[in-house]
Amino acid sequence: MVKVLVPSGALGLGYDRDALARGIAEKPDIIAIDGGSTDSGPHYLGTGTSKYSRGSTRAEWAELMAARAEAGVPLVIGTAGTCGADDAVDWLVDITREIAAERGEHLRLAVLKSGQDGGAMARALDAGRITPLTPAPEISGEILRDCTNIVALAGAEQIQAALDTGADIVIAGRTTDTAIISALPLARGCHPGGAWHGAKIGECGALATTSPNTGTILIEFDADGFTITPMGAEARATRRTVSAHMLYENSDPYRLYEPGGYLDVTAARYAALDERRVRVTGSEWVATEPYTVKLEGARRAGFQTVSLVLVRDAHYVENTRAWVDDIQTKCTAKATARVGGDFQIELRIIGADATLGPLDTSAKPGSELGVMGIVTAETEALSREVAKMLNPYLLHHPLTEQEEMPTFAFPFSPPEMPRGAVYEFCLNHVLALNDPMDAFRLSTEEIGA
Amino acid sequence: MTALKDIADKVRSKNAGPFWLTLDVFCGTEEAYQRISNGLDTDAVARLFGTDPTQLKRFDMPELNVVKFSLPRPAVQGTRADRDMHGASFAVLLGEVRIDR
Repeated sequence: MVKVLVPSGALGLGYDRDALARGIAEKPDIIAIDGGSTDSGPHYLGTGTSKYSRGSTRAEWAELMAARAEAGVPLVIGTAGTCGADDAVDWLVDITREIAAERGEHLRLAVLKSGQDGGAMARALDAGRITPLTPAPEISGEILRDCTNIVALAGAEQIQAALDTGADIVIAGRTTDTAIISALPLARGCHPGGAWHGAKIGECGALATTSPNTGTILIEFDADGFTITPMGAEARATRRTVSAHMLYENSDPYRLYEPGGYLDVTAARYAALDERRVRVTGSEWVATEPYTVKLEGARRAGFQTVSLVLVRDAHYVENTRAWVDDIQTKCTAKATARVGGDFQIELRIIGADATLGPLDTSAKPGSELGVMGIVTAETEALSREVAKMLNPYLLHHPLTEQEEMPTFAFPFSPPEMPRGAVYEFCLNHVLALNDPMDAFRLSTEEIGA
Repeated sequence: MTALKDIADKVRSKNAGPFWLTLDVFCGTEEAYQRISNGLDTDAVARLFGTDPTQLKRFDMPELNVVKFSLPRPAVQGTRADRDMHGASFAVLLGEVRIDR
């Protein structure tokens, strides 16, 4: 039997402190928490930075380090710093060193890095070791070399290697959400289908219970399956909350692809042990060859400047579409003539269909509208230059030549706000490895007093 | 004719990675499940999102009273054409579909 304590769905999300304390009292074998995901967009992988503030991350990580010391078991975090790029791992390692020094604690830290060199990935592509998933963007050696960060998603094997160092704390770069939870149960011979299925149910903390905000859950893995117990006082895991979690952020509710194979829950059985605990058996792990890891990559996709104007005049509110279309045509022509270069102007009508665009066929405008101008260009300078050309249109452009010059509401001076570089995800591919550690780098250090 | 959102308990859309969108219709009761599962046309859902119907995956899950759809994201998450980073608003479109049985 292996007990894994998951404090919450992600470091920085918060949890109920009493629930964590109850979890520690259950004497877990390991504490595992996720540090990120792609869900907040490509900026974080593009820049190798965290979406959560350093202050929040530091405060929660210090509490988890204290909980770890009390339990005397390893603490593992995957996808450190939101994106799991090497810089984001270093950021959390720095925070960890500071906390260890403050606490006067001596710790062995294992650091697993998932970052991939663009040149090496270009060679792997040439060698046929990178294959597309569906749908995959077109890639080339050039695109791979252009990525500001590429990460490979580590699985259970790489986390096991990190645990084997005897580390008190493991800080891992990009991993699958589940690997940090399944690694120890798999290493100790628990049921493989149960290990991956329990890990999937646990990866979002208490989200698979009736009280998602309590955060902390305990998963007990054994030779046949797993049992999930919420640590929040009022939280209950039910057959329904547990089985429905396979739907969550998962394109196939019966299968979950992981490094080295996939989980199949078609035959899983969910049994309520009591009011708040659920036991699951019958999940299957299917090993596949060759061993592959998923890749994520982000590259720069230009520079953006955003402008905002508010329209309250009923005549313009009723005719905003025609107004923005005219501005787009005229400003694009003017900017092409005056500065040239590669740029796009887009005007989204906030209050009409800015959320869903042309897919939204039942959008109805209200008494006022906002217009968000988005200029994307190949350089920062061009993006600002074109946005400045857009400025007089957004302020004064008349619907027809016959009317008096209108003036709309700029909430700010200037109305344009540079967003800097923008990034895009450019990989939905897997990389074949001869040995699971081939794409990863593991190191250890002693930190603190 | 009733809107799907007025029959189901909840309609949810989420990213399933940057390249996929997944929509879960929690029907609540077996009766609502039957009505939605039978009344919801797969091709019409594909048209709603401008998706090639062969790319749309549908899962009818009576054990959960859930109908689930997964499709390649209408715009890859975070690209210039993407308007909703977390993809949660796409659920509104599905919720507004009329069910005529």
